[in-house]
Amino acid sequence: MSSSPGPPARRRSSGQRLRRGLAPYGLSSGGAIWLLVFFVIPMLSMLILSLKSQPLSNTFRIVPYTFTWHWANYHAVWSLYHSQLWRACYYAAAVTVGTLLVGYPVAYWIAFHGGRHKTTFLFLLLLPFFVSFVIRSLVWQFILSDGGLVFRGLEAIHLLPHGFHVLGTSTAVIWGISYNALPFMVLPLYVALEKIDRRAVEAAKDLYARPSLVFRKVILPLSLPGVFAGILLTFVPASGDYVEATILGGPHTTMVGQVIQFLFLQGEQYAQAAALSNILMALLLAGILLYARALGTRQIDEYL
Amino acid sequence: MANEHLDPAWIRGLTEPRLSRRDMLRYAGVGAGAVGLSAFLAACGAKTDGAAGGTSSSPASFDWAAQQLHHKLNFANWPYYIDTHKGTHPSLDLFQTQTGIQVNYRVPINDNAAFYQTLRPSLQAGKSTGWDLVVITNGVQLSELIANDWLIPLDLAKLPNFAKYASPAVKDPTYDPKNVYTVAWQSGITGLAFSPKATAALGREPDSVADLWNPVFKGHVGMMSDNTELGSVGLLHTGVDPATSTQTQWKAAAASLMQQQPLVRNYYDQSYINALENGDTWITQAWSGDVFIANQSGYPDLKFIVPKEGAMFWTDNMMIPVGAENPLDALTYMDFVYDPKIAAMLANYIWYISPVPASKPLVAAMPGGAAVAASSLVYPDAQMQSDFREYYVIKGQTDLNAWNNIFEPIIQG
Repeated sequence: MSSSPGPPARRRSSGQRLRRGLAPYGLSSGGAIWLLVFFVIPMLSMLILSLKSQPLSNTFRIVPYTFTWHWANYHAVWSLYHSQLWRACYYAAAVTVGTLLVGYPVAYWIAFHGGRHKTTFLFLLLLPFFVSFVIRSLVWQFILSDGGLVFRGLEAIHLLPHGFHVLGTSTAVIWGISYNALPFMVLPLYVALEKIDRRAVEAAKDLYARPSLVFRKVILPLSLPGVFAGILLTFVPASGDYVEATILGGPHTTMVGQVIQFLFLQGEQYAQAAALSNILMALLLAGILLYARALGTRQIDEYL
Repeated sequence: MANEHLDPAWIRGLTEPRLSRRDMLRYAGVGAGAVGLSAFLAACGAKTDGAAGGTSSSPASFDWAAQQLHHKLNFANWPYYIDTHKGTHPSLDLFQTQTGIQVNYRVPINDNAAFYQTLRPSLQAGKSTGWDLVVITNGVQLSELIANDWLIPLDLAKLPNFAKYASPAVKDPTYDPKNVYTVAWQSGITGLAFSPKATAALGREPDSVADLWNPVFKGHVGMMSDNTELGSVGLLHTGVDPATSTQTQWKAAAASLMQQQPLVRNYYDQSYINALENGDTWITQAWSGDVFIANQSGYPDLKFIVPKEGAMFWTDNMMIPVGAENPLDALTYMDFVYDPKIAAMLANYIWYISPVPASKPLVAAMPGGAAVAASSLVYPDAQMQSDFREYYVIKGQTDLNAWNNIFEPIIQG
């Protein structure tokens, strides 16, 4: 019934406009609160704790920690535990490379040749993960043990020397973490590969590109965001692992996660534990920033 | 002796399904991280304003005369550490019939350190932990509970059974002189276990701690990841009595453990027993009860010995945390389990060292109890007891840091 049929927006009151202006903030507040509660507050607490100290005495009376800008905590844990820190990075890198080499063909095959059963294949990939994490690792311990399924047989037919073992070595730890990390590599890769416009692939073929050239020039570059996301989702959790290293590791496979757990639970050295966690986090953040810059992808967030 | 070949576990299996205590424990270490998180957050929090316990360092007094029974008891114990029959605990049922006290029996303890971290925030804030009775091994956590006046001193006059029946081994222990705060639940020893078949290359049965250092077993020696256990065996190996050891001796022991490292397969938590069963390790540090249980459940050939250098004797202790709502009920229970009849019910299920030697003939008379009563691991004879050694009692934070800094780098290689 209105006589002026202009766009409704024009007739909005200033109150409406204000509300409209606030809408994005309102909508993002859920995420912001999430970040604040689960990221900012714990991070700040850790940072503060890592700079606290307590006077030492030879009693078991607990002396409260006080905030003293005690940077020496960082120096102490770095000099004591840097080798475990580097070892964790090295294991995580090995895991990332391993899962990428195995995961890419799997994701490629499902995305391009999975046909009607794509979801079934993805489900199969995830199926082992319906079993508890700890149980899966313990089963690997069982399989890889000297008297276990694999090595008892090989040793019996003299393919392996007496006393040969995998359990308790770096190989076992990297194997265990890789096994658990595989889906986190395959899923983002699959999403990236699945999204590739098939017309681009066909166009390349029409222009007489060999299959290897199609892969190198078209498919691989277009799947890079997935590779980036996969590497991130694998490397970061792998570097903080302590379960696999405990269950499958040996005397020379201690990872930084185990050290943090020790400092915290047995050592009751909370400030040092916090300092070591912060160092690990800082290293990871720096590494990721450099890596993101080097790879220069902008659409990573789509796949995370 | 006639039915020696009959497996007690099998006899028991006729009447009830039984998961071993060990099955549960082996999964426990991993969960500890999650438990620890809450304590970590508590440590991050604002509890820096000196809320730590009372102010005196002498044993706090407690007015037992003013206490009354509430007919309730919140009891925190380790998994599979009490007699169990078809989902019930006969000794607890008996306790309720006799005293009218209903026990809320829970098993939240898988690890002394992790469990202590769940108690600590409440104790530090001066609040009740929710438990009236907890079971903690002698060690750093227990020392810390005592030093901060976080345990209620016991009224020994109300523990006549303890006075009458407790084994001398658990009376007046070094870590709690005169049993001011604790009485033993069960004890055990840390000695050696081996598979006779795998260690045949030695040409004789292993009988000494030094055999853990024998290069014949390269890559198949199991050591413990608990640095108290590891350090103690290192001290025994260097000919030192751990209880009276000094820092210089710790360093020498650590050097010897470092030397041993190329032979070591891994530093294990409770899972050392699986490694031995699976053949990953051939000879290992071991807890007495575990090997006895393994013998009864499919690994009859594994052997546990008290090495000639001695075995470490430890005790899991009952204690009442400050702020407990039902302390008199807890004290009543403490005395109840020192009744030999009850001690026998417990010993015949738990298979560690009973604190009540008088329960032995009663266990022998129970179905399947003959082998348990005959085992010197459950009822050690005097000669065996003379080989038991006490741990070094860590005196405080500087002491603990020194011990950790000397022995922990071996494990965190």
